[in-house]
Amino acid sequence: MTLPAPTADQIWVWIKDWLVFHTPAPFQPLASILCIVAAIIVVFASLFALTVLLERKGLGRMQNRYGPNRVGPFGILQPIADAVKSLTKEDIVPRSADHVVHYLAPLVLVAASFLAYAVLPIGRNMTAVNLDAGVLFFFAIGSATELAVFMAGWSSRNKYSLLGAMRAIAQMVSYEIPLILSSIAVVMIAGTLSTSAIVDEQARYTHGIAHWFVFTPWGLAGFILFMIAATAETNRSPFDLPEGESEIIAGYFIEYSGFKFALFFLAEYIEMFAVSGLGITLFLGGWSSPVSFLAWIPSWIWFFGKLLALICCFIWVRGTLPRLRMDQLMNFAWKFMLPMTLFVILSAGVWRFLPATIAGSGALGAVVRWLVCAFIVLLPYVTLARALESGRKIEKREYRFAE
Amino acid sequence: MRTTLPFLILAVLTLAGGVAAMTLRRLVHCALCLTVAFAGLAALYLNLGAEFAGLAQLLVYVGAIAILIVFAILLTRGGDDKAEPSFSPAGAAGVVLAAAVFAVLGWAIVTSGILHQAANPAAPPAPMRSIGLALMQRYVLPLEVIALMLTAAMIGAVILALREKRPQPEQDQRSAQ
Repeated sequence: MTLPAPTADQIWVWIKDWLVFHTPAPFQPLASILCIVAAIIVVFASLFALTVLLERKGLGRMQNRYGPNRVGPFGILQPIADAVKSLTKEDIVPRSADHVVHYLAPLVLVAASFLAYAVLPIGRNMTAVNLDAGVLFFFAIGSATELAVFMAGWSSRNKYSLLGAMRAIAQMVSYEIPLILSSIAVVMIAGTLSTSAIVDEQARYTHGIAHWFVFTPWGLAGFILFMIAATAETNRSPFDLPEGESEIIAGYFIEYSGFKFALFFLAEYIEMFAVSGLGITLFLGGWSSPVSFLAWIPSWIWFFGKLLALICCFIWVRGTLPRLRMDQLMNFAWKFMLPMTLFVILSAGVWRFLPATIAGSGALGAVVRWLVCAFIVLLPYVTLARALESGRKIEKREYRFAE
Repeated sequence: MRTTLPFLILAVLTLAGGVAAMTLRRLVHCALCLTVAFAGLAALYLNLGAEFAGLAQLLVYVGAIAILIVFAILLTRGGDDKAEPSFSPAGAAGVVLAAAVFAVLGWAIVTSGILHQAANPAAPPAPMRSIGLALMQRYVLPLEVIALMLTAAMIGAVILALREKRPQPEQDQRSAQ
């Protein structure tokens, strides 16, 4: 038995096969699993280091300051300095804390965050576990992180950490609903819950343009709603109330120091990459290229390129928007996001049953379908926005306590 | 009957979680151990090839029920609870009831003859697609009835939790200033 020659597209799959091929037969399944797990952990942990640097530099740029510029040329070695610092710092546990739960919380959080990568197709033939219910698996694993947040907040024996945990859980539970509902539209059209099959569905080309779901009206609306809900799920600004520094210091991880704090930080970014990866898989065609003449670029480059683009959007949003208030957050989730996702599902259903072509009219059928579905999303959007806006006066705010 | 290593690990984990949930002193610890038992059960389903049941168990029990339990504990109890007597009449009744339920279930399994059947390796695990089709076609009416019932329950809960509005002249004055 010999291995086929490697191609640029399948180079990582080939390397894994080669490594497995050269291990003794009884250890081959184990070696195969280890290769995948090690690759995921190494790649995404490095991406974490890169993103932290990118974020600090980018935010600095947006806020008219330099950002880190002391370690190495232009500060590019800053992540290494940060890692050394957090590894060598003293690990302080409050005396009245619940030691076991306090110790377990960051571990559960990081483990659950990494598990989500099991079903993400990060390239052609590069899904770690090709589950039939991949999307369901992603959300099921994601729900374990809420419990880890609770464990951290409760075990620290600190009122701020408990408040932060309560805020985080309320927010994650509320925004999980629009997150799941907006992915349901994709599942309806693709007719499968398997992430690989959803990408295959989008990696087809008509007139050289891919069938990405984001190019459809319901897909575009669904993608925007999905990314808003994803921002809230990962506690990123402007939804970073759980760690609002001005009110509750750092939220559920105040009482963590040293490497445990770094683990919380890592888990937050890992979750952000994972949920962006799911957004890419569901709406942006996964590893496929947008136009067929660029299909020669390896699939994993497409995936990571899209991921970096989304990360840049996250950083941009963080540098732009102020933090929401708790009531604004909940109103937004239940009065705006939830109804909009229901209309997205309706629009997707109409899209599924309207004919794509009307006999003898050329492209007219497709255009009519596009416009009808766009109308189904746009009309409720305008109505809802106006209804929520009515009766609200926007005037100069008076501050009574913060003068 | 074949017992595999993953099954053993998961069974021990689930049982340990259940036992710890009953014996630990602090309620939050009990809730967390109960979650371990839920997760172990979900992993057992996955181990048996029942993907949908396992993932739904994880999503509903670990993601929702466990959170509900810990929230209920946090919002209803203040601080630590005192050590309770290890034996109480209610506890004895619980043991008897649990033993009775276990006996009935065990009797049902033993007499059903499923133990004597050869394991059927040809039985394919139900794919997600067929579960979805069954829910949307054959069982669509029960599904909708359940959905309606749950919605009614949720609205009822919200109405119960709504604060009744009473005229409060003092506060109105203060806010008008």
